[in-house]
Amino acid sequence: MASTEEDGSVEEKENNNKKRTKSAIAVAWLTFYNIAMTAGWLVLAIAMMRFYIQKGTHKGLYKSIARTLKFFQTIALVEVVHCAIGIVRTSVIVTGVQVCSRIFMVWFITNSIKQIQNEESVILFLAVWTFTEITRYSFYTFNLLNHLPYFIKWARYNMFIIMYPLGVAGELLTIYTALPYVRKTGMLSVRLPNKYNVSFDYYYFLVIVMLSYIPLFPQLYFHMLRQRRKVLLGEIIVEKDE
Amino acid sequence: MDTVVLEGATHKKAGPGSVPGVPAPPVKRPKAKKAKKAVVFFEVEILDAKTKDKLCFLDKVRPLHKYYPQWYAARQSIRLDPKGKSLKDEDVLQHLPVGTTATFYFRDLGAQISWVTVFLTEYGGPLLLYLMFYFRVPFIYAPKYDFTTSKHWVVHLACMCHSFHYLKRLLETLFVHRFSHGTMPLRNIFKNCTYYWGFAAWMAYYINHPLYTPPIHYYINHPLYTPPTIYGEQQVRIALVIFLFCQVGNFSIHIALRNLRPPGSKTRKIPYPTKNPFTWIFLLVSCPNYTYELGSWFGFTLMTQCLPVAFFTAVGFIQMTVWAKGKHRSYLKEFRDYPPLRSPILPFVL
Repeated sequence: MASTEEDGSVEEKENNNKKRTKSAIAVAWLTFYNIAMTAGWLVLAIAMMRFYIQKGTHKGLYKSIARTLKFFQTIALVEVVHCAIGIVRTSVIVTGVQVCSRIFMVWFITNSIKQIQNEESVILFLAVWTFTEITRYSFYTFNLLNHLPYFIKWARYNMFIIMYPLGVAGELLTIYTALPYVRKTGMLSVRLPNKYNVSFDYYYFLVIVMLSYIPLFPQLYFHMLRQRRKVLLGEIIVEKDE
Repeated sequence: MDTVVLEGATHKKAGPGSVPGVPAPPVKRPKAKKAKKAVVFFEVEILDAKTKDKLCFLDKVRPLHKYYPQWYAARQSIRLDPKGKSLKDEDVLQHLPVGTTATFYFRDLGAQISWVTVFLTEYGGPLLLYLMFYFRVPFIYAPKYDFTTSKHWVVHLACMCHSFHYLKRLLETLFVHRFSHGTMPLRNIFKNCTYYWGFAAWMAYYINHPLYTPPIHYYINHPLYTPPTIYGEQQVRIALVIFLFCQVGNFSIHIALRNLRPPGSKTRKIPYPTKNPFTWIFLLVSCPNYTYELGSWFGFTLMTQCLPVAFFTAVGFIQMTVWAKGKHRSYLKEFRDYPPLRSPILPFVL
C-alpha cells in the first residue's frame, strides 16, 4: 500500500496538454523537484548496494541510510501541496494517503522501534521503495520534459505487478515483527485515567493497520492494473460511475 | 410509491386515453427509455381542458418499471443528457427543451431507502448504545463494574443531555422535518450508521468508564498538588447552559424551516427570522441549524472534557461546514435577492 504508484497516469497524459498552458514556474519547479527526488533515491539505492557489497551483510544497513531515507521520504509531503494547489492533477486525498503511509512506516515503525531495524523485511521494502521511486520520479521528469523513453513508461506500468505485492509483504512483515516490542514498551500509548479521558493502544492500532491492508491493497492494485491497460494497451475502460 | 411516469403533481395520473387535466395544458412525462425490447404500449392523448382539442398524442408510453420491475420509481433517474442532471418529478414535458421527439436517458440510482428509515436507525443507535455504556452492561468494562453507576454527577448529566439530544432528533424526524427527497441510496445507511454508532460508542465508553476523570478545578498548578475532589462545577454549568441554549436554538430553526414549506409541497423559499429570538441568527447565517448543532456539541465537549467528544465535534463541524457552504451556494444561485450579510455557518467567519 505504501509502495506508491500514483493513480494519476491518465491525468498525466492529459497533463501533457495542460502543462503547456500551466505556468512556466510550476513546470520549472516540478521538473527540478522530480529530478532532485530521482537523484535522492538513486543515492539511496547506490548507498544500499555499496553497503551490502562492502560489508556482505544487511545488518547495520538501515542505520547507515536512515538519515537520507528520512529526508527524502519526508520531503515527499510537498507532493500533497502540489495536488492541493493544482499544479499536479491528482487527488489530494489519494496522494495524502500514500505519502502518509510511507511517513508512518519510516517514522513510526522503523525509526522508532530500533530492534527491528536489521530485519530482512526492512531491506525488502526499502529495495522495493527505491526501485519504485526512481522509476516514478524519472517518469515524471521525462514527462515534464516531453521526452519519455518507452522503457521508463514500460517499467512504471509493469514493474508494480511484482513490486507492489513484494513491498506490501515487506511492510506487513516488519510491522508484525515489531508488535512484541510495542507491547513490551507500551510506546505511543496512553492509558486511563487521564485529564482528557482518552486512551490509545499503539499495539492494537498496528493490528488494525495490518488488517486494513486486506481491503485496501487489492483496490489499489486493481486500480493500477486498470491504469496499465489504459495507458500501455490503449484499452478504453468504461468506468462504473455513480 | 406511485408507479412512475405520468404522475408528477397530484392530479396527473397514468393511463391510456385522454386526460382531463386540471391546469391549462396537462402534461405527462413519458419514460421513453433507451431499451432494446419491444413491448405493449399505451397511447396517451393530451387534450385541452376547456376545448377538448387534441393537443398532442403520445404513443408507446408505459411506466418504465413495467418493463423493468426492479427499477421502481425512486431508483429512476431520467435525464435529457446522459451526463446531465436528473429531471424532477414536477418537471413538465412542455417546458423541457425537446423537439417533436424526445429522448430521455435512464440511469439506475441503485437500491434506495427512505430518509425517515435512515434517520431513525442512525439516531436510534446512539441513543441505545450510550445507555448500554451508562448502565455498564456486561462485557464492556471489567466484571466488577457490571451494572454499577458512576459516582460523578456530571456523568449522569451527560447521559441525560446525550439521550435528550438523540430523542429530540428522533422526534424531529417523525414530526418536524419535511424531506425534499423521499429516498437516498441504500449504501448510505451503512455509512451513516457506522459513523453515528461508532462515535457514540467511542464517546460513551470513556464518559461512563470507571476511571473517568470529570472536569476539575485546579487551585494550584504545581504538578505534585492533588486537587480536592471539587469538580469544575463552573465549567460544567457553563457547558450545560451552552448545550441547552443550542438545543432550543436548533429546534427553533427546524420549526422555522418546516413552516417555510406547506405540507406536501416542495417549494423553496429564503428563510427569515421569525418572532422567536432563536431564529434571529438567520440575519447572519444561512444554516443556523448547523451553527446550533456545533454549539451543542461544543457544550457537550466542555461538559465531559473528553477528547473523543472533541474529535466528534470537530469532524461534525467539518462535515456541516461543507453542507452549509453547499446550501449557501445554492441559495445564492436560486435567489437573486438573497441577503448578502449571511455567512454559511459561522457569522462573518465561515
